[in-house]
Amino acid sequence: MNRELVLHEIRRAITSAPGLRARSALPPRPTPPTYGEQRIERFTDRLVAHACTWEAIAELDELPQRVVAWLEQRQLDHRLAVAPPLMALNWPEKVDRHSRPAAIDESVAVSLAFAGIAESGSLVMYSGPNSPITHNYVPEFHLVAIRADDVCDNQEAVWANARALGDMPRALNLIAGPSRTGDVEQTIQLGAHGPRQVHVLLVRAKDMKS
Amino acid sequence: MSRSTHAQPRVGLMATCLMNVFRPNIGFSAADLLQAAGCRVEVPTDQTCCGQPAYSAGDDDTARAMARQLIAQFESYDYLVSPSGSCIGTVRKYPQLLADDDAWRSRAEALAAKSYELLSFLVDVRRVTIDASYRGKATYHDSCSGLRQLGVKRQPRELLGQVEGLSLTEMEDAEVCCGFGGSFCVKYPKISEKMVDDKLRSIAESGADTLVGGDLGCLMNIAGRLRRTGARVRVWHTAEVLAGRTDGAAIGEEETR
Amino acid sequence: MKALPGSFDSRAEAALADPSLQKALQNFKPLFVAKRAAAVAELSDFERLRDAAAAIKDAVLSELDVWLERYADKVESLGGKVHFAKDAADAREIIREICRKADARTICKGKSMVSEEIGLNEVLEEDGYRVVETDLGEYIIQLAKEPPSHIIAPAIHKTREQVADLFAQNHPGRPREDSVAGLVNEARHALRERFFESDVGITGGNFLIAESGTSVIVTNEGNGDLTQTLSRVHVVTSGIERVIPTLDDLSVFLRLLARSATGQDTECYTTLSTGPRRAGDPDGPEEYHVVLVDNGRSKMLAGRFRDMLRCIRCGACMNHCPVYGAVGGHAYGWVYPGPMGSILTPLFNGLAENYDLPNACTLNGRCQAVCPVRIPLTDLIRTMRNEQVKAGLMPASQRRMMGAWGWVARQPGLYRALERLGSRMLRLRAGRRGAMSSLPGAEAWTRVRDLPAPQGATFIDQWKARGGDQ
Repeated sequence: MNRELVLHEIRRAITSAPGLRARSALPPRPTPPTYGEQRIERFTDRLVAHACTWEAIAELDELPQRVVAWLEQRQLDHRLAVAPPLMALNWPEKVDRHSRPAAIDESVAVSLAFAGIAESGSLVMYSGPNSPITHNYVPEFHLVAIRADDVCDNQEAVWANARALGDMPRALNLIAGPSRTGDVEQTIQLGAHGPRQVHVLLVRAKDMKS
Repeated sequence: MSRSTHAQPRVGLMATCLMNVFRPNIGFSAADLLQAAGCRVEVPTDQTCCGQPAYSAGDDDTARAMARQLIAQFESYDYLVSPSGSCIGTVRKYPQLLADDDAWRSRAEALAAKSYELLSFLVDVRRVTIDASYRGKATYHDSCSGLRQLGVKRQPRELLGQVEGLSLTEMEDAEVCCGFGGSFCVKYPKISEKMVDDKLRSIAESGADTLVGGDLGCLMNIAGRLRRTGARVRVWHTAEVLAGRTDGAAIGEEETR
Repeated sequence: MKALPGSFDSRAEAALADPSLQKALQNFKPLFVAKRAAAVAELSDFERLRDAAAAIKDAVLSELDVWLERYADKVESLGGKVHFAKDAADAREIIREICRKADARTICKGKSMVSEEIGLNEVLEEDGYRVVETDLGEYIIQLAKEPPSHIIAPAIHKTREQVADLFAQNHPGRPREDSVAGLVNEARHALRERFFESDVGITGGNFLIAESGTSVIVTNEGNGDLTQTLSRVHVVTSGIERVIPTLDDLSVFLRLLARSATGQDTECYTTLSTGPRRAGDPDGPEEYHVVLVDNGRSKMLAGRFRDMLRCIRCGACMNHCPVYGAVGGHAYGWVYPGPMGSILTPLFNGLAENYDLPNACTLNGRCQAVCPVRIPLTDLIRTMRNEQVKAGLMPASQRRMMGAWGWVARQPGLYRALERLGSRMLRLRAGRRGAMSSLPGAEAWTRVRDLPAPQGATFIDQWKARGGDQ
């Protein structure tokens, strides 16, 4: 079997290098950064640094009207791919929404982040019934709601939260800003394959534990 | 130049092959500076080469033979000092080169530990002050071996800053290789030409009329290309400027008197 | 991929004479260097991160079998399948079989250096699949039928006009785009349909995490995510050395990778993939395969080049290499250009066939100074030269010269006499001139630059004449 064959070669190599096997102790890792009171400010600063836009909302119930305002400002259709947990919010009737995987011509998706990372300004998406992964990459415009309480200092804190839920999800996506490329003459261009714009709705209230 | 307060150490001056043949003025400048720094300078006359050409080429057997020879010639001194980052860089590799040689490893370590590139020795070990003058606007090329193997960066600038009349201006990419690289420059002349031309452009853009550096190989490459292209920038080894031995011809210039 | 035709010299000369390549290199060089420097300066503990990253890799490599087993078992417990490939041919067969079983037609690919290393595209195309590179840079060079010239910016050698020409030829019925925005948009539209019809999505794996059975990719474009999310089958290709113990170790590497590669604090998308679609998942691939490629890596583990297995493929070494900056990636002849390639290519493809690679280096040490996992690249390049010497590959003329010089240098009296003679002859030749514009036997020097003439008698002779040591 190939597995045994390759592992055998590796073992043989390790054994042939004197003392190598003994050097297997893992080193201490540098302490990850923390931000204390400045955590949210750091997070939003990094969002902006990565070309995201953001606004604060007091509670999740405000989300539909803010999303509609955002769409109308940009003269976009009221057709949305919406994460299942956000479907039941109080959406105006003119909004045509679905929570299926994104279609090829999907224009706008509204998602709920699993976490945020203050260190890097990343949004963390956790795949599962409540979070179609295609919503993160297919649409041109990605609106992401995130609870302020879910913003962590660093990745390590996110990993701890993910571990607490058991095995890792199929996909855990860290997203820092809209899609971009520098592949033509090293000129940074937004909207390579994924969203051209990422707008974050930061929910500050603590009344949305439901 | 003021003397340091330490007791007078015996310094073995390593006369690098290029310096010995092409630019004795650097050797005398180094000797002046070391003496002014309170050292007793001796030049072992049976020294030949540190073995760098063999070491760089991967010919470790030859390099080891050269290393043993040089260790024997210099180990009785308090310090080995040389006006070249790449030659000292080679001496500092001796312990690694002789790692499997029980008889020589510790001797190699002992010598490596007391071997210094001239400018860092003057600043870090002897703490000299400079009393020299030079009229010109100079820019400093950081030769790679000195910079990255030995951490020579601040020391030459600190010393040049004390030279009366000399203004130091930094060029773009001062830390980028000039394309010398020992045998590289003759094995891959076209790539080397492109690299040295990039260096010449940086020098020109800096507006400097003088280029100084710490490794003669690089300086001969740059000076040779400057002459070939008709540029008028003067090229000196830092030691020559610091010792005030800049009355004669700079590297590649004809003697005018 | 097959090695490029010609010698290093001929490819380097062509590169130096290619004005659009030179223009591209001129633009790129300062950009990556300055951006990295700025990104590194923002972190107070960058050097400690480098230490930790190197130490983590060293620890894993010394027990690589254990970590790989732990990783593979975890992947399989979550419904994924791990395949071990001992060489490139093996890896190609495994992936062909996966594609056959999936009854695939379209195969989308995210950027993967291992897939270039094993020459995957060629065989899949021979099998009749529609193989689409989706990273914009890779897409451009796929259209141009060229290999990548940089590991993270594969089309760095192409100017905007050249990309516009390629797109105009390959996207019939669309008006020619000339702006960067227009070209990126054109590629977005061209590739969108491919993503949605993709049967098998092949990506690389920057890191494999033993703790959780996770593979990690980082991209800026999102192409790797569309590739793996929209395909029915996700195949990860990765070297066996990419395994790390835990998610927390991943964080150490992620803090280094983007800063070293592009000078970003993080890439846009960092994606942790673990197994196939779960029950209740609305999207994602139905199958998840990881192909772990040895292809000579286990052999490296035993020898003098083990440190090279720490490599995280960031490209900082080539971004800072003045030789790469002069000739670009294609001169290096294969998948891995620059300093990393000068070590890897001879190891993978033969010391003799790639004699020039480690030699076409000034040993200036800039690569080593920036490597995020502290690979002593310059030392390893020199070590590679030593391996070549031990294998008897140094050209006979150079060997003879080195031998003669080595012997003479151990006869101080003779060495002195020859230096004296050389000095005198050079001064004779130079006459009153300070430098020579030609010198028989030294054409390789004087073709490019004048040779400064010796100042007078040798230093040691003059020293003795002035009284010697006093």
